[in-house]
Amino acid sequence: MSKVYIALQDNEESHYIVEAIEEDNPDSTVIYQPAMIRIENEGRMVIKRETVEDKMGRDWEIPALHVNLITLGGNVDEDDDELTLTWND
Amino acid sequence: MSNRKLNLKDKYRLLTRDLEWEYSYRDYEEIFKQESFEGIKITDWSKWEDPFRLTMDSYWKYQAEKEKKLYAIFDAFAQNNGQQNVTDARYVNAIKLFLTGVSPLEYQAYNGFAHVGRQFGGVGARVACQMQSLDELRHVQTQIHAMSHYNKHFDGFQEFPHMHDRVWYLSVPKSFFDDARSAGPFEFMVAIGFSFEYVLTNLLFVPFMSGAAYNGDMATVTFGFSAQSDEARHMTLGLEIIKFMLEQHEDNVPIVQRWINKWLWRGYRVLTLVAMMMDYMLPNKVMSWQESFEVYFEEAATSLFKDLARYGIEMPAYAATAIEEKEHLSHQAWSIFYNYGHAAAFHTWMPTDQEMDWLSEKYPNTFDKYYRPRYEKWREMEEAGERYYNPTLPMLCQTCQIPMGFTDMENPTLTSYRQSEYDGERYNFCSDGCKDIFDHEPEKYVQSWLPVHQIYQGNCGGAEMEDVLGEYYRINLGVDNLDFHGSPDEERWNAWHNLQPAEDKLKEAS
Repeated sequence: MSKVYIALQDNEESHYIVEAIEEDNPDSTVIYQPAMIRIENEGRMVIKRETVEDKMGRDWEIPALHVNLITLGGNVDEDDDELTLTWND
Repeated sequence: MSNRKLNLKDKYRLLTRDLEWEYSYRDYEEIFKQESFEGIKITDWSKWEDPFRLTMDSYWKYQAEKEKKLYAIFDAFAQNNGQQNVTDARYVNAIKLFLTGVSPLEYQAYNGFAHVGRQFGGVGARVACQMQSLDELRHVQTQIHAMSHYNKHFDGFQEFPHMHDRVWYLSVPKSFFDDARSAGPFEFMVAIGFSFEYVLTNLLFVPFMSGAAYNGDMATVTFGFSAQSDEARHMTLGLEIIKFMLEQHEDNVPIVQRWINKWLWRGYRVLTLVAMMMDYMLPNKVMSWQESFEVYFEEAATSLFKDLARYGIEMPAYAATAIEEKEHLSHQAWSIFYNYGHAAAFHTWMPTDQEMDWLSEKYPNTFDKYYRPRYEKWREMEEAGERYYNPTLPMLCQTCQIPMGFTDMENPTLTSYRQSEYDGERYNFCSDGCKDIFDHEPEKYVQSWLPVHQIYQGNCGGAEMEDVLGEYYRINLGVDNLDFHGSPDEERWNAWHNLQPAEDKLKEAS
């Protein structure tokens, strides 16, 4: 299986996004590096607007991810409710 | 105001489909002259989809937010004398290399995307190229802005655009982009969207920037991550155009495969500079070049090529060579620059004992065997007051323009050397990758502006090294170049921190 990944700037807002990713992708691995947080998962990862809003306690839209995003790996699909990363094996 | 009710997919569809019109009184081929000459067959542009479905309103909104965050940090860095709080002044030399070698590429990318964005018949692709063009202009501006602060306190920053067009090692990244921009629009997209964004920037802007943070360089890590957040979109676009071409027509598959082979190797060769920045120019170590390469090149490329296998695309043969070289690359690159430290616009040095031990630990198969003995010899010479500088000019690879300092992976003490003959002339290469690229398009690469050839032909300011380095390159001799030890940069740094100069320490030790 191939790993998809996303890296976010290590800041307050990202901590909520990481919490949400961990909840929606229970098998994912979170790696803390200087100034950044990298999250990897086998094959697929999903970032759900609803879960992030729940963690933040306020409205949040998927394109706002770009503000804290550093890089990602995988095929992207984005709509109003979620962003998914996938690799075909 | 009704567009507030539209969802992301509808907004994107309206932007990229509804704004297009039929060309009724001009031929399509006349309007999009460059779309077909590369042999790529597009049957239906409407199949193009931007996975992020980015629209202009959301583009401006989030780019503005990124900029506000970025400039708040630049201001804080400058107001708080951030330049004094980096690990040590050697680190700043990596930033000099960045400004002279990489930032001008961002400008080239801006030009390139503005150009190809006009050449595609599909409006989705045109919009994506336009946004990427704006991103690249933002990158070059923010990078110059961030580094202009260092220019006030360190040498070697003052002539970066002039140097980019002339200095020998800067011809490596420059010619990479010249090669891409003088290709057709589809090849440019593979070259930059895939090779530059996927292969190169991911290594430069992620592990190196994390290293910049670890070395106290708040301004650089912030422009780096801010740029890379755009690059994440660019990588996705690069992957999208590859998949789009492969899905449009089966005749596109061999063309795309050849471009992938070529540009993976071209991008990897430019990474040589990043390899030595990671292993030698970050005083506080985060991860080695080899470790970064394994995550962001090997692992990422393996996933990508497994994904593309359904189209019949294979991992390029040269990837195996790149993987074999990972235990050697940074050491060979640093050796080249140490050799030619008088001809570089930044400082070089021999690693400290502690740094050599870290290199031994990270490179157990190669460092002690091949590189430590050489470094110890050079250090001995320096201590004896005979710091080694190579007085001859190196032979360059005709394709990547790097001095022929890479070795054969089957026998790492032997220089890797390949040759081709074309039209009665001999051409030299560092690798099978570079030779094959030349052999496929010799008419293009015989025109390479090779800095060493140009010096010998008298086109670079004169016959003496001072004419070339001082007049033509505009290196401040004795200030910007030579070893870090004894440099004005070192002197200023020591004065800021009340440190004893290294030279005095050496004198005391002997």
